This record gives sequence, structure tokens and C-alpha cells, in this order.
Amino acid sequence: MNLSPIIEVKDLVRKFNSFVAVDSVSFEVNRGEIFAFLGPNGAGKTTTIKMLTTLLDPTSGIIRVNGFDSSEKDEIRSSFGIVFQDPSLDDELTAYENMEFHGALYGVEKAELVPKIDSLLVLVDLHARRNDLVKTFSGGMKRRLEIARALIHAPQILFLDEPTIGLDPQTRNHMWNYVKNLNQSRGMTVFFTTHYMEEAERVSGRVAVIDRGKIITVGTPQEIRESTSSGSLEEAFLKLTGHSIREEEASAAEGMRMQRRMWGR
Amino acid sequence: MTSVLFMMWLRQLKRYWRSKPRMIGSLGQPLLFLLALGFGFGPIFEKAGGGSYIQFIAPGIIAMSILFSAMFSGIEVIWDRQFGFLKETLVAPVPRWKIMLGRVLGGASVACMQGLIVFAVCLLIGFRPTDLAGIPLSFVFMFLIAMFFTALGTAIASLLEDMQAFPLIMNFLVMPVFFLSGALFPIEGLSGIIKTVTLLDPLSYGVDGLRASLTGISHIGLVADFLVMLVLTLVTLAVGARIFSRIQI
Repeated sequence: MNLSPIIEVKDLVRKFNSFVAVDSVSFEVNRGEIFAFLGPNGAGKTTTIKMLTTLLDPTSGIIRVNGFDSSEKDEIRSSFGIVFQDPSLDDELTAYENMEFHGALYGVEKAELVPKIDSLLVLVDLHARRNDLVKTFSGGMKRRLEIARALIHAPQILFLDEPTIGLDPQTRNHMWNYVKNLNQSRGMTVFFTTHYMEEAERVSGRVAVIDRGKIITVGTPQEIRESTSSGSLEEAFLKLTGHSIREEEASAAEGMRMQRRMWGR
Repeated sequence: MTSVLFMMWLRQLKRYWRSKPRMIGSLGQPLLFLLALGFGFGPIFEKAGGGSYIQFIAPGIIAMSILFSAMFSGIEVIWDRQFGFLKETLVAPVPRWKIMLGRVLGGASVACMQGLIVFAVCLLIGFRPTDLAGIPLSFVFMFLIAMFFTALGTAIASLLEDMQAFPLIMNFLVMPVFFLSGALFPIEGLSGIIKTVTLLDPLSYGVDGLRASLTGISHIGLVADFLVMLVLTLVTLAVGARIFSRIQI
């Protein structure tokens, strides 16, 4: 068993023009751990995930994922599965076709793929709807399908960017039980972001709190509660990041993103 | 790994097949041109000694339908970006040029089908290929036109993130490319500048090749048509793949 951290991030910086979305962030995630990345809107969570998953190049800093350097993109890409914050399914295809497509992208053998898709669809309770177009699915069903899809190629790391947004408590529970189960049985590392503190407290081994592009603290939920003498992680989070609503930061970041979008970079 | 190309291709065909309005809607413009010009200008063209105008423009209209469908299929990149599916393909451990090539093959196949439907309509209203042996060759030209313009449209779409801008830019490109291509008039009788412009238009070679293979009339020469289209297609694919590979989200 490899004991080196599965994700290593050192002095990671990402700028959009003059706006610094991620400001010299360093942290490590151990193999087999469930790691939560917490922060208010516009704190830099999604930008960090995008850099970890090769979708965005860092301005500077070092990233190693599963032992691979950030330039070894294909190796990194086969190491993880991801559920994005926004849906990334093809609405015009059926649930089954979306899964099949993913399997082909990741080079899963056909003989292995069919039973795998079936069992994963059963697991997320979508087997009966497997031949329906995804555009007929509700938000929760799409989420479940995306989680199932991310697991087809048995990744070593699962990235979940706000995976439970818009899910009812039943589905949320179900999903976490399943993810925790995979974490324990297969040693799959889980890296997720969330706004639900009670969720982070319940499922994660360690937590990092990020705000305005900087990591404020990293530790187990208990350590963070104790160091801030708070009764809950939520209380600790508010003590660390303040009570003001982050509309302005969020829209500034969004503004930068829009500008990038317009100029195609 | 070929399965990646195949899946990208299949996906586009499925999407096309499932969208009947798209299939029918994109026939409107070519049909309008065919009927309005074919029957409107036809008598004048014939009086001027040009022979049957339907016979002349049918290859041009087939090329047009392919051009439109191919260039606009680039919007699927922007569409996928908007609806998130692009990310799914970009995080996969597959070289991006394969994703791009698969997309282009898919878009080009759809454009070719569109061209074949227009071809069938042309046959219905009286177009007659002079040499049946030329028909397979015409398919080669249809495919080249489709590949070149799909690659071009996809490359342009990879640079843009703005849904609204794409159709505007496309219209700005597609219309001159079509009107200056010799799809509607013979290149031969043209004077100076206009002739030069026509010969700079890639579609001229596609149309000429298509017309040569279907009716035996060529102003440029079959071999030149083929080589120009082939080289342009390969270059555009290579450049497009580079641009596509650089997409960041």
C-alpha cells in the first residue's frame, strides 16, 4: 500500500487577469481518506477542483495527483472520477447511453461494461428508467446518474463538487452511504466540496476551510471545533469565515469568469 | 481506442436522428434556393445558352446544404459547453484530438445525410446525373466538403464561448462562401477580381468537383478539386484539433 499522499498541492495559484481566485494554497489528501473542502461562495473551491482535475492550468504552483505530475494529464485523468457542480450529462441520450459513452471514453471492456452499468444503475435506483432520455429526469435523478457514471471506471479518487445540492435528505443519505461504503471497501479516496456543514462533519475524516482563495485551516472536524471552541462545525466555520454574505466576492469572481468567457480564455 | 471516435460519431447521429424538426428545418433553405432560383432564373440561363439551370445548380445546392449543416454543427461544442457535457469529454483520459476528430466525423456524417436528402429532392424535380459512375465520386466530394467545413466550424466554436456570437459569425462567413463559390453561376465567364475571389473560396473546389462528378462539367479540373479539398481538410483538422485541445473550462 502506497502511503504517500494521493493529492499533493503546493503553493497553488490561479489568477484570472488581476483577480486571484486561488492564492498560494497548499494541502495534502491521504490515500483512502474522505476529505472535505469547505468555503463560502467564491472562495476558490471549484477553481481548485478544476485545477486538480486538469480542466484548468494553474498560474503557478505544484499539483501531484496519484503520484503524477500535473503535466501527465492522461494519467491523472484515468485516476479519478468526478461529479461536477453543474450537470454534465447529454440530455438527448438515455441514461444507459450516457453510461455506455463514459465507459468507452475510459476504455472499459465491453464484456465488463454491460453488467457494471446495470449494477450501478440498480444501485442509484435508476435501472427502471435506463432507456429514458435524460432530459426527462428530475434534478435528483440526474445527480444520481452522474454519481453512477463517475464510478464506472473504478477510479481511485472521486471528486464531488457540491454533490448534494438540490437533493432531498433521503437521496443525500443514500448517496453518502454508498460513497462511504466504496471508500471503506475499495479504499477509494473522496474529495468533496459542500455548503452543508453537518454533512462534512458526519462523513469526512479531515476538512480544509478555504476563504478568499486561501486555506484558513485543515484538520479533523473535532480539531477545528476545539481550536475555535465551537459546539459544531457550522459554528466554527462561521467564526473562521465571518458572518457577512459573500455576494460581492462571488459576483466579482463571476465577473472575471464572464470576461474570460467572452474572450475565450 | 477507435471506440472513442465511434462513440463520438454515434452520439451525434443519434442526436440528429432524434431531432426530426432539425432534420426537416435544415432542408428549408436549400429547397427555397433550388426552387426559387431553379425555376426563377432557369429560363434566362437557358436563353443565354447555358443549358438546363436545374442541371447546373443542383450540385451547388447539394453543396450548400452540406456547407450550412457542417458549419453550424460547430455550435454543438458551444452547446456542450453550456450544458456541461463538454467537461465530461475533457476530463476523460483520451487525447483531445480524438474527441475533436470524432465530433467532426459525426457532424460531417450528419451534413452528408442532409446533402443526400437534397440530392434525392433534386432528382425528384428533374436533375439527372449524366454518368452514373460519377455518383460514388460525388459522395467523396460531399464528404470532403462536409469534413472541411465541420472542422472549420468546430475550430471556430472552440474559440468562442458565446452562444449568441456563433450564429452571427457563421452567417457572416457562410453567406460569402456560398455566394462566391460558383454554386450558382459558372466561374468561367467571370472577370478579373471576382474570378480571383471565387478561386480563393474553398467551396468553389468542392462545388466544381461535385458538379464534375455528377454532370461532367468542370471549370477547374477534378484532380485539382480533389487535392485542394483534401489538403484544406487535413490542415483545418490539424489546426482545429490544436485549438480544441487548448480549451479550458
